[in-house]
Amino acid sequence: MKGLVPIVAVVALLATVPLITSSNVVLNFLVVALLIALVGQGWNLLGGYGGQYSFGHAAFFGTGAYVTAILQVRYGVNAWLGFVLGVAAGALVGAVIGALSFRSGLKGSYFALVTLAFAEVLRIVASVSPITGAGVGTLISLDLRPMAFQFQNRAPFYWIILAMVGLSLILIRMIEHSRFGAYLVAVRENEDAARSLGVNATIVKLCAMTISAAVTAAGGCFYAQYFLFIDAGIAYGSWISIEALLAPIIGGIGTVLGPLLGALVVKTLGELTKIVTGGAPGLDLVIYGGVLILVIAIAPRGIVGIFVDLRGRMRRSKAAAPASLERGHG
Amino acid sequence: MDEPLLRVVQVSKRFGGLLAIDRASLTAEASRITALIGPNGAGKTTLFSIISGFLPPSEGRIVYAGADIAGLPPNRLARRGIARTFQIVQPFAGLTVRENIAVGAHLSRPARADALAAAGDVARAVGLGELLDRPAAILTVAGRKRLELARALAIEPRLLLLDEVLAGLNPSEVRDMVPVIRAVADRGITIVMIEHVMQAVMSLAETVFVLSEGRIIAAGSPQEIAGNSHVVEAYLGKGAASRLMGAGAGHA
Repeated sequence: MKGLVPIVAVVALLATVPLITSSNVVLNFLVVALLIALVGQGWNLLGGYGGQYSFGHAAFFGTGAYVTAILQVRYGVNAWLGFVLGVAAGALVGAVIGALSFRSGLKGSYFALVTLAFAEVLRIVASVSPITGAGVGTLISLDLRPMAFQFQNRAPFYWIILAMVGLSLILIRMIEHSRFGAYLVAVRENEDAARSLGVNATIVKLCAMTISAAVTAAGGCFYAQYFLFIDAGIAYGSWISIEALLAPIIGGIGTVLGPLLGALVVKTLGELTKIVTGGAPGLDLVIYGGVLILVIAIAPRGIVGIFVDLRGRMRRSKAAAPASLERGHG
Repeated sequence: MDEPLLRVVQVSKRFGGLLAIDRASLTAEASRITALIGPNGAGKTTLFSIISGFLPPSEGRIVYAGADIAGLPPNRLARRGIARTFQIVQPFAGLTVRENIAVGAHLSRPARADALAAAGDVARAVGLGELLDRPAAILTVAGRKRLELARALAIEPRLLLLDEVLAGLNPSEVRDMVPVIRAVADRGITIVMIEHVMQAVMSLAETVFVLSEGRIIAAGSPQEIAGNSHVVEAYLGKGAASRLMGAGAGHA
């Protein structure tokens, strides 16, 4: 299959990290970065390829996290099964929000606002209802067995989240080379033109939102297993909605590797500014924000966009060279 | 004579208090080119939007291949073989010419490789072969019009609605495009075209319908239409026909 080589290369390279270092700081940093990459990849399918900018991917992340946690804590369901059901629940929430929004013809900023509203409603509901533990949150009890999706050290977690990111990369690559992917991009570029060519725009967007929600929910399920604690502010908070869209926008919107690159860059940037500013509270965030603005100003199509431009420029200068020679002979 | 492929029967369209289309009827014979002309604002594009499913009619029937299709959405109609181009071209600007056309070709070809290959064939047929892998955004007006046509052809339509594919082209580009449209009709595709370029209408169309202020005011062969005093008045104002004839007589 076309285009799988770079994906395999990147994942293989990242897979060697725990063999080189057992530093908890490094692994923890990379686990969180990969988690953001996964959540961002979910957003990227709907936002990057489908052009439907969601501000509420926390709705799917939180549903995945809560379903995984509650099934284990309250119903004694196996963690792995809880994981699968969490992903399914996230997809269902995506399908419901998608059906309500797209059938009403919501687009652009209206769609963004409605997704934000749904995530906020879920956050408020989760912060008061007893089943989620209300304000106290839900704590998954420690049970360090692989059967319970918990591990003695961080390396297995790292490989699991890396495998999930790898699968999401392959999934997006396959969609990119499919009819569904072509229809999704066509809807992003011009919905009326797409419809006139036989594309059922509502169904295409709905499918994209459901898959997008499932991928992001998988990130939520992983979060619950890794940190073993969630509350309404973590699960349905706007922080994760922002991370979900920041990673692909910085990395390269509508590209396969964009969210992964973006997540690594954004997280590295975050850590570096913390080190540089030392103890001054809040200063790291100021620098972080400034750098983000610069990146978006200089590279509106993200990091992947910079590479594409460079390659195009090199190709053009190569093509121009023989042409000028010919002119010289003439 | 066979049943016409398309019959628009007494279709009206109201936007609030405005009657944009007033009991308009027209027919398009299979494998022929039918033209729809009329002054600006007559409702031609609105009528096209109704036939292609983008707007529901307020009243009336649209009979296509023996079935009433009024109110069906555009994607369903595309599946039944109705394609349209847009007067204001609507390319997928971020995609290449080949990818643009492939979206249409996907309708009957689920596999990506098949759709891309078919897109190449269609592009060559309308003279876009050289530009296949260029982004649609860099195309000239003439190129974009060809792309509109190519994308619509890629769904392999039975009925093709062309909304001013010659508008904005210079005379030599019009001369290049006319044989392309003729070739489409020769393949057995029924064409209904909205057009302002009269020279092209005269040379291409077998039947012409004239729409003015939402009503069909004349129908017939291009020669009949050119001599119709109602049509001249619709374009030039009331009394223009008799004044023109008077002036002609005066010169003689």
